[in-house]
Amino acid sequence: MDPPADRRLLERLADFCDRYTPLVALDLPQGLVLDITGCAHLFEGEARLRESLMDRLEKAGIETRATVAGTPQAARALARFGDVDLVPCGGEAHAVDGLPVSALDIGRESVVALNRAGLKTLGDLAMRPRSALAARFGSALTTGLARVLGEEDIRISPRRPLPDCLVERRFAEPVTWVEEALEALSAEVGRLLEARGEGGRAFEAAFFRTDGKVLRLGLETGRPTRDPKSLMRLFRERLDSLSDPLDAGFGFDLIRLSVMRTEGFAPAQASLDGRHVEEEEVAELVDRLGVRFGAEAVTRFVPVNTHIPERAAYAVPAAELSGKTAGWPTPDPVGPPLRPIHLFDPPQPIEALAEVPDGPPLRFRWRRVLHEIARAEGPERIAPEWWRHDRCDGLTRDYYRLEDVSGRRFWVFREGLFSEQFAPRWFMHGMFA
Amino acid sequence: MEETLSFLRRRLAALEPAGARREQTAFGLGLAQIDDALAGGLVRGGLHEILPVAEADATAAAGFGAGLALRSMATARDLVWVRQKNAERETGGLYTPGLSAFGLDPDRLIMVGVHDIVGVLRAGVEAARCPGLGAVILEPWGSHRTLDLTATRRLALAAEKSGVTVILMRPGAREEVSAAQTRWRVASGPSVPLAANAPGRPVFDVTLLRNRAGPAGMEWRLEWDHEHHHFRQTAPLSGPVVSVPGRRPAAARFPLARTG
Repeated sequence: MDPPADRRLLERLADFCDRYTPLVALDLPQGLVLDITGCAHLFEGEARLRESLMDRLEKAGIETRATVAGTPQAARALARFGDVDLVPCGGEAHAVDGLPVSALDIGRESVVALNRAGLKTLGDLAMRPRSALAARFGSALTTGLARVLGEEDIRISPRRPLPDCLVERRFAEPVTWVEEALEALSAEVGRLLEARGEGGRAFEAAFFRTDGKVLRLGLETGRPTRDPKSLMRLFRERLDSLSDPLDAGFGFDLIRLSVMRTEGFAPAQASLDGRHVEEEEVAELVDRLGVRFGAEAVTRFVPVNTHIPERAAYAVPAAELSGKTAGWPTPDPVGPPLRPIHLFDPPQPIEALAEVPDGPPLRFRWRRVLHEIARAEGPERIAPEWWRHDRCDGLTRDYYRLEDVSGRRFWVFREGLFSEQFAPRWFMHGMFA
Repeated sequence: MEETLSFLRRRLAALEPAGARREQTAFGLGLAQIDDALAGGLVRGGLHEILPVAEADATAAAGFGAGLALRSMATARDLVWVRQKNAERETGGLYTPGLSAFGLDPDRLIMVGVHDIVGVLRAGVEAARCPGLGAVILEPWGSHRTLDLTATRRLALAAEKSGVTVILMRPGAREEVSAAQTRWRVASGPSVPLAANAPGRPVFDVTLLRNRAGPAGMEWRLEWDHEHHHFRQTAPLSGPVVSVPGRRPAAARFPLARTG
């Protein structure tokens, strides 16, 4: 027994079963539940679907028992304890009549207690008044019973999120070249989304290999998309960026393109100056770069209202941010820039020689190089934000803009005042252009 | 509809007489003397390479590159800045409040962080092909065999086709063969001090190492004016030099200088 390995196998089987329905749930340790509502006609009926599924699994060397029934619990009980293939609509109560009570998936003690009471089959149980059963064995038994008997139906929780819409293409002969199929599917999904007046934000292409393995490629876009061409460009980018190329094995016999998330798609009014075209082009570029390098690698910046320099801006994925952000400080039109264009985070310690108490450094050593200061300005005193309890760390910082004799400009600070500390430390925080 | 308009616009631009196109496809540094030496300025939609003199001048190179990128944009557009991640350790990260003070609108900045030079080139070519951008700045760190003549030519072709200026910064690298239109060597220069000997505006010592369209080898000391987005030569005499602000009444001409 190796439960993790069993589970992995079950996951692979569930992947394989995705080709029949997007709603597949694991029934650990040894079962799978498929919700085939509305899918059966694609396989010429429930019986043929079941046959096809069992055939393929048998070819893979896996012995299965399967039952199609009105509720997942009835199907489960019958597959495990009965020998019915297909329960006709509404026939659950009759079909499970002779099954032992252990088919209910209740604890062992309850089964023993029921048997002692002479209740050996589900038929026996069904005839008893439910309130008495609930009083003795808890409501779990009665709800379980109702579900097995088909009186009550609940949805299964699928292991994968349900796509908003999906299109798929099946191949009589397995294919190894996927791009053409993806193109056709993109066009189809584009039409589908257009008819719904929506665009997709997240897509997933699933490639079902003949040997049962399923490969999935997901991508997200910054804006709702339904243009097949740009969708294809993103998928090509995604295929190119795979560290090992899509392994087709003996070929794919089913390729599915799902739209995992949709949003309203408002066709924008074209402006004459071409602004709109530009923005579209940039947004598409951001999507392409995001697909290749990861959405976190492509960022825009958002200002933060704080005095602490290293917290004054943070990066957010460019795909998530749209429109302008307000709140960047307006630059002083006359004076020099007071903030560096490169910032070290964390600041780098330096050895500085400065006048006490708050003169600028006369010289300092940074990265083993001694810098003689020619010009200096400061201090610009930045106190820790005492009104934020969670961030009230550190000491007052005195910042200086320095220029050394060779013309390099630095932003250094002394952590702590001389009144606060005996020997405050100095740090290099950034460099000016 | 929009594609048609944009296509027609580009076709019209192509039909313009050559002289007018030269005006349109070149950008100057904002300084008559240099623009004359460059025969009208730098090629918009070209590849321009910037080498810092030493590693410590990488920030100056970034500033000069950002300045060129800003000069190259006729209208405010987005700018893509591709950095190699280990550059953060050497020079620190890009600091948007500082860039804002430098004249670059942070809302217009799209930053791409990649792990290696190959990634920088890939992202660079991809961005250079996007005509909706204003400029692309690439910042690989060090030399690599993939960053050769072929790779830079690919960049230059992509830039030429889309009309997006590509600035290739080469911190930690030596001068190598490339397809760049111009190549600059940049170091920080001593600034013009303000009152109380405070450091002034950014000053760059630049050398034009190579220029496909004209003579090279000239050296200038340039000061960046973040208000008007142009370079100018520093005044030969010391003393605070205050430009007339662009959007201010004349009364505010001499503000109090910040001192210690």
